[in-house]
Amino acid sequence: MITAKAKFQGKLQSDEIYIKLAEGKIEKAGCSFCLNELMFDAPVSGTIYGTLLNYKGALELLGEAVHEAPYKAAPKAPVLYIKPANTINSHSRPVILPEGVEALEIGAALGIVIGRTATRLKEEDALDYVAGYTIVNDVSVPHESVYRPAIRQKARDGFCPVGPWIVQREAIQDPDQLYTRVYINGDLRQENTTANLIRPIAKLLAEVTDFMTLNEGDVLLAGVPENAPLAKAGDQVRIEIEGLGALENIVLSEGQAKEESQ
Amino acid sequence: MRRAKVAYAGAIHGAVEKDGRLQLNDGRIVEEQAVVWLPPFEPKTVFALGLNYADHAAELSFKAPEEPLVFLKGPNTFIGHRGQTRRPADVEYMHYECELAVVIGRPARNVKREEAYEYVSGYTIANDYAIRDYLENYYRPNLRVKNRDTCTPIGPWFVDKKDIPDPMNLSLKTYVNGEVTQEGNTKDMVFDIPYLIEYLSSFMTLNEGDVILTGTPKGSVDTKVGDEVITEIEGIGRLINTIVGDDLFGIGPVPQEEASKQTT
Repeated sequence: MITAKAKFQGKLQSDEIYIKLAEGKIEKAGCSFCLNELMFDAPVSGTIYGTLLNYKGALELLGEAVHEAPYKAAPKAPVLYIKPANTINSHSRPVILPEGVEALEIGAALGIVIGRTATRLKEEDALDYVAGYTIVNDVSVPHESVYRPAIRQKARDGFCPVGPWIVQREAIQDPDQLYTRVYINGDLRQENTTANLIRPIAKLLAEVTDFMTLNEGDVLLAGVPENAPLAKAGDQVRIEIEGLGALENIVLSEGQAKEESQ
Repeated sequence: MRRAKVAYAGAIHGAVEKDGRLQLNDGRIVEEQAVVWLPPFEPKTVFALGLNYADHAAELSFKAPEEPLVFLKGPNTFIGHRGQTRRPADVEYMHYECELAVVIGRPARNVKREEAYEYVSGYTIANDYAIRDYLENYYRPNLRVKNRDTCTPIGPWFVDKKDIPDPMNLSLKTYVNGEVTQEGNTKDMVFDIPYLIEYLSSFMTLNEGDVILTGTPKGSVDTKVGDEVITEIEGIGRLINTIVGDDLFGIGPVPQEEASKQTT
């Protein structure tokens, strides 16, 4: 049984819950529930920062292009981006496919949730500043170039499902050894592990907080594995991260979303 | 109306300008130097524009872009009027950027340019410092250049929209140690305020408290530790900032005296 924090729809505060992942059961205030009996809100409220090209395979895919224009050199420091507040979405809520876009990239990211003000951390004690971990679906409109910030591709409403909960840090023995799996309509479409991170979690936290403070409740994404699966309208997307559970969302076209809300 | 947020006598207060002094919400009238100025409101999602003045783009050897070059900033980077901004010891080129900040007043989605100002609540000034040494060509300008702690002074005032009849015709000036180093006018923006609101709201929702930093004109110069940098916009105010060094943050080599203390 693992301890986690969840935010349920209609409640202002977060609740402490106990999860039995294998059985799909949750204990809350002494009562037992099945997963699908509960309606989750995103469990986070701080700023969400993504990390670009932190999977070895993602950088390798760019290959020699990193030495050519417009990049001209391999990245030196962590490359970050922000998933702004309008993008935050919750477990089992739809992600809307914008008109004129055929499919969305599903970015399976480990979300590192910050527990207290973190400035210029040392790698040795960086993990002490982590409150826990969550699953983040860093959704993007497919784009090849990473030269300019991808606001139009990454910052659309609802493009960042988070959850269903935050598993407390102590429950995860080694955040640098977690399998991530993406299923679309039940088919396994991507498998990777945080063992493939260029900057493992503690190192990433140290290098990021060297120039910017992370505050309690902020979330730093460890990175998105290469070859992000694509999801079309109607597709059921499930991201599993070892020890954390699964985050599920359906992709809907704008038309389908309107019908659903009627 | 010009509104500020300040710390005074053990609490944080809203305040308005009153005959060159500040009147706190609780009625106290205090000198503007007697308070600690905070950002005048809590910035939510903050958009910043790169290369949005043609003369500045040329100065950096870029063509003005065909689509707005937008990047985002996090809450860690903002500080108030009369604040201190850290210049790391190892950098060669750190420059200020005087920018008109447009504050969004209500949710905006698919707004047409003709209606754009209906979604604006007011304006302030931002100094969007950049440290060019850290530029890399991935999601450029990268956050290490543009989202550093202390590197975005904002304020002093939130100025109501109705006090600024034409935000697209305001002169901007930056002074370093009293000398004018940057001059421009908001009329020279490549993408004006209504365009930016139409553009951003065409693919995402803008919310109350979101801010658009509209870019900076030509005139970037390197600033050094000890420099006083004032970014000024006509009708909006003067935002004062001081550049400080690593030593204040306990970064870098331990001073000789301290080192000898430690060994004894």
